[in-house]
Amino acid sequence: MMTFLPQFFAGMAFFRIITPSFLENNIMCPQHITTKERLAIPRQEMPSQSPDVRNKNFKEVNLGYTPELARKEALRCLQCKDPACIKGCPVNIKIDQFIKFIADGDFLGAARKIKEDNVLPAICGRVCPQEDQCEKACILTKKYTSVAIGNLERFAADHERETGNVELPAVKASTGKKVAVIGSGPAGLSCANDLIQLGHAVTVFEALHELGGVLVYGIPEFRLPKEIVKQEIEGLKQLGVKFITNVLAGRSVTVDELLNEEDFDAVFIGVGAGLPWFMGIPGENLLGVYSANEFLTRVNLMKSYQFPNNDTPVFNCKGKNVAVFGGGNTAMDAVRTAKRLGAEHAYIVYRRSEAEMPARLEEVHHAREEGIEFLMLMNPLEFVGNEQQWLTGAKCLKMELGEPDESGRRRPIPIKDSEFILPIDMAVISIGNGSNPLIKQSTPDIEVSKRDTIVVDLNTMATSKENVYAGGDIVTGGATVILAMGAGRTAAKAIHEKLMGIDTHE
Amino acid sequence: MTFALIRKARQSPLSYEIKKQMHKIVAAIFLAENIKKIEIEAPRIAKKRKAGQFIMLRVNQTGERVPLTIADADPEKGTITIIVQGMGKSTKELNTKEAGDTISDIVGPLGAPSDIENFGTAVSIGGGVGTAIAYPTAVALKKAGNYVITINGARSKDLVILEKEMKAVSDEAYITTDDGSYGFHGFVTQKLQELIDSGKKIDYVLAIGPIPMMRAIAEVTRPYNIKTMVSLNPIMVDGTGMCGGCRVTVNNETKFACVDGPEFDAHQVDFKNLTDRNKLYLPEEKQSAEAFAHKCKLQ
Repeated sequence: MMTFLPQFFAGMAFFRIITPSFLENNIMCPQHITTKERLAIPRQEMPSQSPDVRNKNFKEVNLGYTPELARKEALRCLQCKDPACIKGCPVNIKIDQFIKFIADGDFLGAARKIKEDNVLPAICGRVCPQEDQCEKACILTKKYTSVAIGNLERFAADHERETGNVELPAVKASTGKKVAVIGSGPAGLSCANDLIQLGHAVTVFEALHELGGVLVYGIPEFRLPKEIVKQEIEGLKQLGVKFITNVLAGRSVTVDELLNEEDFDAVFIGVGAGLPWFMGIPGENLLGVYSANEFLTRVNLMKSYQFPNNDTPVFNCKGKNVAVFGGGNTAMDAVRTAKRLGAEHAYIVYRRSEAEMPARLEEVHHAREEGIEFLMLMNPLEFVGNEQQWLTGAKCLKMELGEPDESGRRRPIPIKDSEFILPIDMAVISIGNGSNPLIKQSTPDIEVSKRDTIVVDLNTMATSKENVYAGGDIVTGGATVILAMGAGRTAAKAIHEKLMGIDTHE
Repeated sequence: MTFALIRKARQSPLSYEIKKQMHKIVAAIFLAENIKKIEIEAPRIAKKRKAGQFIMLRVNQTGERVPLTIADADPEKGTITIIVQGMGKSTKELNTKEAGDTISDIVGPLGAPSDIENFGTAVSIGGGVGTAIAYPTAVALKKAGNYVITINGARSKDLVILEKEMKAVSDEAYITTDDGSYGFHGFVTQKLQELIDSGKKIDYVLAIGPIPMMRAIAEVTRPYNIKTMVSLNPIMVDGTGMCGGCRVTVNNETKFACVDGPEFDAHQVDFKNLTDRNKLYLPEEKQSAEAFAHKCKLQ
């Protein structure tokens, strides 16, 4: 009945009870929904594989919104006049506008709108920490839960791709300028994307045999299917970006050689962090102790979960006890991977409490659902092993929380005489990454910080070396995909202005 | 569009092949049983490589990344030469390749080049297929003005490789065989000890071969304080410094063989840790090798 008289009922919204059938009907005409009605719609849950099934396979955990769910969620957006979410986004996606497109049922329009600001929406919709960015700024969080902006971004991008409607952007006439991009991770890909559209010839050099950087060797299939990364890269290829794999900058070719011998007019360095930190405690070189990078690279890049069909092996976790040391997203990826490989117990061992863990809430939540055990306030002192040097346990010390430290998080303090041995067969150390030294060694005239990250002007991402720019984890240290992407785009703009002699100082 | 339609679309993602630049093998010959010399197109690497550096190679799309030292290179022709002993599945598979076949991926040159200077008298020792790795460094040492002595060890005469090449760059060249079927009857360590005992002043030793051999050489030169380098062969994954799987203990510090090495001061290397860590995947290596042998038999 309401379908026939929407205007009439809109005025009486206060008295109306929101029913599923009401929503189904109003989805067809979102312009008639009142704020009150929008507020009454609960945040739409992301459909996902059930925990007991997914912790045994490597397929994607989240299944994505259906069009109905997406439109329902989009209706929750209040379409603020001055949307705070946009300011919360590192690349300022026009969030209110793309959500409106979804609410109106124009999913391709939504995808186009997102792509004005974000070239990798299917990826960012999956791996961005939205709860700390756009969704944190959403006005709804004051009284309700925020609009699921990330889920909607993912939906729009997936819809465009899955219906075969990906549109290639226009490429400007050739400028005759050549730019080399080192690294095919998020920073490199976004930089390449913008530069090719501006008419420059772009060549991307990748050290590994697969393109995508951390998107393929680091983030597991169950969180980011590699097929999606491949298709995003395929789009860049169609725009004319040239990709060369198996070139390690600093060894296969140096930045100076790219500029002087291979005639590139500018170079963008987006090589990532790429040097795993160890804890420096005894027993770290025992058999069965891995860095998160190694464990994840073996499983994700080398597909060792398919051993022996793929040649690269990895520790046989079946029925074993595995502990991952660290509390970040990489630690969650590693521990959930170990569980999927058949670990009997898969622990997160973290020296602070759960509240201080840097991992995304969604990842922690997913991990717990999958049966991951969280051992908080525990600090490893030493790894112990048997005669054959295989790991048998980690000697840990219990901690309690004291006053906040310089990071603002409460400092863990050891509890006296609380040492015990946690029996484990495999350990994964996931406490972060330093900078790969190869660029620094081979290009001494690029200024680096004490932590060996490359120093740049944050407005342009220009390094201390003429025509050389840098962005992503090599500048910030371990950070997020979206920040790296933003840096790549800032650099692309600056490179374009520099190469074309556009003066921006006026 | 209905829910069902979307699901259907998802099951059939766009399919396409990412075209890759393959590396063509231009020559492949067996130097001895199970030891093959393979010359492959890799122009960028041929131009850049220095003695002591290595490549990582992946035979095909399901292959593992195998570190192999570059034995030689021809920058004009754009080729590099590797010498491969069929040990596990990947090296055995590589050794089935002939001229005209292709290799999926090669990255390099990796690792720090050998530290080459005019030391005075330099001894380059190669054990087994390690000779292939010792060879380019012997060439570089000779070029730098050293008096070069080479000791080339093998189990028996038919396993001796690169004899002619080694002789050509050596001021003195020795062959040792474990069974005495050729050259000096005994180990390379005994030959080295003999040279030291003869009163020859040795300034530098480079030893490359099986871990027990390198460890033994370190013990021979330690009392005389002769600078001794060894090229380590830990298990690697990426070879770019990213994973730390190849970490070795040198002077009680953890080093990554792929970026800090592969050559290290023999007197400071913890060989026991290296030996242990190289056993990490023995069951898996066996499983792979057996499956490969079975497949070969069927063909």
